[in-house]
Amino acid sequence: MKVEMPGAPQNMPWWIDPLLLTVCNLALAFAFSALLVWFIGESPPAIAAELLRGAFGSAEAVGYTLFYATNFIFTGLAVAVAYHCGLFNIGGEGQAYIGGLGLGLAALYLDFLPFPLLLLAAMLAAALFGAGWSLVPAVLQARRGSHVVITTIMFNFIAAALMNYLLVNVLIKPGSMSPETRVFADSTHLPMVHDMAAAVGLTLSASPLNLSFFIALLCCVAVWLFLWHMPWGYEVRTVGGNPRAAVYAGISPSRCIILAMCLSGGLAGLLSLNEILGSQHRLLIEFTAGYGFVGIAVALMGRSHPAGIVLAAILFGALYQGGAELAYTFERISKDIVIVIQGLVILFTGALGFMLRPPLGAACAKIFSGGGRAVA
Amino acid sequence: MCKTFGAVRANDDISLALAKGKIHGIVGENGAGKTTLMNVLYGCQRADAGEIYINGARRSLRSSAAAIRAGIGMVHQHFMLVDNFSVLENIMLGCERGMFLGANSPGPRQARAELQRLAAEYALHADPDALTGDLPVGAQQRVEMLKTLVRGAEILILDEPTGVLTPQEADDLFRILRVIRGQGKTVVLITHKLREIMAVSDRVTVMRDGRVVAVRETEDTSAGELSELMVGRAVVMEYSAAPPRDSGAALTVKNLRVRDRQRVVRVRDVNLSLRSGEILGVAGVAGNGQSELLEALAGMCKVDGGEIIFHRGGGEGDGGGQGEAAAGSSPSQLRAAGIAHVPEDRRATGMVAVENASHAAILGYHCEAQYRRGQTPRGIFFDWPFISAQTRRRMDEFDVRPPLPEIRAAQFSGGNQQKLILAREMVREPRVLLIGQPTRGVDIGAIEFIHRKILALRDQGSAILLVSVELEEILALADRIAVMFNGAVVGETPAAAADEKQLGRWMAGVRDES
Amino acid sequence: MPSLELLLSVLDSSVRLAAPLVFAALAGLYSERSGVVDIGLEGKMLAAAFAAAAAAAVTQNAWLGLCAGVAASCTLALVHGFACITHKGDHIVSGMAVNILAFGLTVILGIAWFAQGGRTPFLGSDARFGALVFPGADAVAPLPLLGPVYRELLSGHNILVYLAFACVAATAWALYRTRFGLRLRAVGESPAAVDTAGISVAFLRYRAVLICGVLCGFAGAYLSTAQGAAFISGMTAGKGFIALAAMIFGKWRPWPVLSACLLFGFFEAGAAHIQGVSLPLVGAVPVQAVQALPYLFTVVILAGFFGAAVAPRAAGKPYTRGEH
Repeated sequence: MKVEMPGAPQNMPWWIDPLLLTVCNLALAFAFSALLVWFIGESPPAIAAELLRGAFGSAEAVGYTLFYATNFIFTGLAVAVAYHCGLFNIGGEGQAYIGGLGLGLAALYLDFLPFPLLLLAAMLAAALFGAGWSLVPAVLQARRGSHVVITTIMFNFIAAALMNYLLVNVLIKPGSMSPETRVFADSTHLPMVHDMAAAVGLTLSASPLNLSFFIALLCCVAVWLFLWHMPWGYEVRTVGGNPRAAVYAGISPSRCIILAMCLSGGLAGLLSLNEILGSQHRLLIEFTAGYGFVGIAVALMGRSHPAGIVLAAILFGALYQGGAELAYTFERISKDIVIVIQGLVILFTGALGFMLRPPLGAACAKIFSGGGRAVA
Repeated sequence: MCKTFGAVRANDDISLALAKGKIHGIVGENGAGKTTLMNVLYGCQRADAGEIYINGARRSLRSSAAAIRAGIGMVHQHFMLVDNFSVLENIMLGCERGMFLGANSPGPRQARAELQRLAAEYALHADPDALTGDLPVGAQQRVEMLKTLVRGAEILILDEPTGVLTPQEADDLFRILRVIRGQGKTVVLITHKLREIMAVSDRVTVMRDGRVVAVRETEDTSAGELSELMVGRAVVMEYSAAPPRDSGAALTVKNLRVRDRQRVVRVRDVNLSLRSGEILGVAGVAGNGQSELLEALAGMCKVDGGEIIFHRGGGEGDGGGQGEAAAGSSPSQLRAAGIAHVPEDRRATGMVAVENASHAAILGYHCEAQYRRGQTPRGIFFDWPFISAQTRRRMDEFDVRPPLPEIRAAQFSGGNQQKLILAREMVREPRVLLIGQPTRGVDIGAIEFIHRKILALRDQGSAILLVSVELEEILALADRIAVMFNGAVVGETPAAAADEKQLGRWMAGVRDES
Repeated sequence: MPSLELLLSVLDSSVRLAAPLVFAALAGLYSERSGVVDIGLEGKMLAAAFAAAAAAAVTQNAWLGLCAGVAASCTLALVHGFACITHKGDHIVSGMAVNILAFGLTVILGIAWFAQGGRTPFLGSDARFGALVFPGADAVAPLPLLGPVYRELLSGHNILVYLAFACVAATAWALYRTRFGLRLRAVGESPAAVDTAGISVAFLRYRAVLICGVLCGFAGAYLSTAQGAAFISGMTAGKGFIALAAMIFGKWRPWPVLSACLLFGFFEAGAAHIQGVSLPLVGAVPVQAVQALPYLFTVVILAGFFGAAVAPRAAGKPYTRGEH
């Protein structure tokens, strides 16, 4: 259940909470990261400069940044949708993995379809498989009260075991040593953004950024419309905010829980659209690479709002892309610094999210004491 | 023994002297500051200023531990017991006498002996090995009192101790309190029920708006004087009665049975009928099945047996209109059929505190076509500008302050939250309005406003089922009164013929001889 | 009797594999019994494994390694406590942060300190916990059944294995026979009852969280300095979550938790042995299916099909005075 936040003064400007507080918490996370960098004997400004250069220094870098951001938009939205129903879906990783299975099967066995149909089938398969993987935890939560956090963690591991089995024993490309399928037919590959740009006469340098970036943005709009402008979303948010009020209003909490979890799983499943159909063009082991967990940081930082999620996803996309370049320049540091930053962001914007509120609130109350509205 | 008090946050410059070996009552309305005062005494909250003296010595009660050491024991309104502990474990918690608690360690042994001694001295019996959660409420309260006595409390504070008790259990409690007084201990009884104060206390302190407004010896005062002191003016809640109209039945309840999650019967074989243009008041001590009755009628919980019939098109003379069986209908089906419900606990049930007022204003009616884009049921999106404008109009109409639909529901005061919910449920002029505790925790100005709205709705021809634990409210509003006890309706009378003494007997579970 | 030998060897490795699970599951038990949900067992174990291996490599002393592991784990436990107890943060989010932070930090520091791609240097036998051979183990070996059982199963483990089992007994005793245990069980069920009894809820929970840190430290040190001989990045590989599963499977009670750990240890040991073996009745079982068993079991238990698995009532809820 969403809780009311303690220490929130009543007459603060609306933007203090979502914007200023988030920025301050992020600053704390980065400050601690800098401290770590300094501790292991590198220069924080140099690392930051290198991160920025690696992420935004060239058109190609920006392409990569947005490519990673696409992944994080999908998994961030997945966490956010469940959150609005009062659920914490940690299973994005597993749902994305199984979603990839659906997408992979579609791409492997339906590649005779014309591209638009295939894209539709692949998206549907990815979303349905992802949703299906979250269905069991959802039903167990809705009907038997089994905590969705624990069951989705367990389902992450079950998904890993299942995919491991399928890729090693069933779907593996004959004669291959590494657990992965054959490369999908060329006709199934998602168009790259640089190719699309070339078609309209723009030259962009090559990057894995592909059509799914735009699909991810469409998903953001869809999630926003769903949550704030449709009766279903209204019901989901009511259940998340106060399950008893939902019962009072004739809303079925269990139906909303199942709906929200399936949407969440479906969105996580779409991750494979970018990673598999957009870039790798084959199903391979552990392609999710922890992106499901990054979604948690992204959703927390983005305050579970699609606009915030896009910004947070781009930040993390930049960190992933910039981080990948670090190891070439600095010998004492690797891209794993990004994981530390991710952990710190979750810690400060999530678990310690309220820590700065009382002092910040007090400071703002002083500044805005004249302008605040009196609320009875 | 003497305590002096200075300014406390919700308490403004309170001085209070408690005499040893007396039962001291503290009365006041909800929000008068009684509980805050006691929390300060028990070290749960810190006073901003002021001093406390016990037996002439100044004590600073900075924590519950300090209060316990100073000989203060508290029985909270919500019991502070660990349900899956044995009674013995609950008693020992916090005064274990040593690190180790094996069967032969001094802690458990002494606690057992102590329990036996107290059982003999105070007639406070409790099986040390029983699982606390399995005990009835009265027995749990005894465990709470034993906890304080085992810790050697000399001053015993009880916060609204009878709210959850049946009248028999309450009588039992008073008997025990008198025994405790007889042992030379001081008892502080906090309550808003004057009957109890008159029955058991020696001296009464009346609080209002965080202040002590009067101290009286119980024998020199009357319930009437105390209630005037509590409210600050004579309680006049008299509204002109509507001319009785011969209208059709709106709601018939036959042999209704409701069990809760633990399969305990909460509503047993209730029969009620409600006519259009009439207010039926359901009175009773809290926890005697009224809440469950209301929720069952509103479709919020499962009905175990019996019938609920909401009659369509009442007003056509007696028994008019065809009925539709409603047992098992969902709240949304009922709303669509014109059955509105104002829940007992508005914050926990009637709204989503973190969402804004517009969200609250359409809760339960959010599927109506008027809220969709294009005002058609086919519209898949909400028309928020329309909703917001409508909410704003209704806020004006019902005097909700501030009338700003974009503010979070949590940020309105209790009275304004209630008015917001009333607006939602009343503007559709429902055939039947189910309304629970309409003025609980609402300031006095708003109470009258709410009462007038309820009466206006009745005069328009709606049938209203009013559940309230405030007998005054029932007497002021209802046309007929039913009294519930232990899940059953024990008596029913037209309001005009109601006799407060008889209602009191019914509330205590005494049926009329017939 | 090759089948007895096989059985003994599977059981022997079950015990070895169960030991870290026992430490971590008990760690979770202390934390959750106090009302602090901890999905960060994995991260604390990982941090401890790294710190223990690093310190053991530098000092060439397994015990100093253990101390370092415990210190690292406790630091993370305090971070978790600070977020959950002091700042009333979300326990799940904080646990997640600890997991991710630990994963990143161990790699970053590993690379910075040892420059071996995140590994720590290989530990010689001095810097590890070696096997303790019980007196007479070889002498009784020829005895039928008893001999091999004594020699293979009981004797020959490192000291941490025995410590793990001792911890179960100690926990059972502490939980039900001491003042601390009484208060711990109470604070996880009803913090308000503890508070009004004059006991500090926060201090009690911090102590529980610290015990959790110490035990996770043992679990982590076991992985890198007893079972293994170096730290490898991500070497816990989900063991923290299996421990969490074992804690739920054992319904937050010490002895059932031990059984669950042994069962899960047995699955892990069995998985290594059944590769390519055709079992009677079921045929060849994919090794991944066996690996997934602990997780499946936990889901089934959580679904409440075999008696309800009821967590401590206040688990995961921050305590604010005066709210019920």
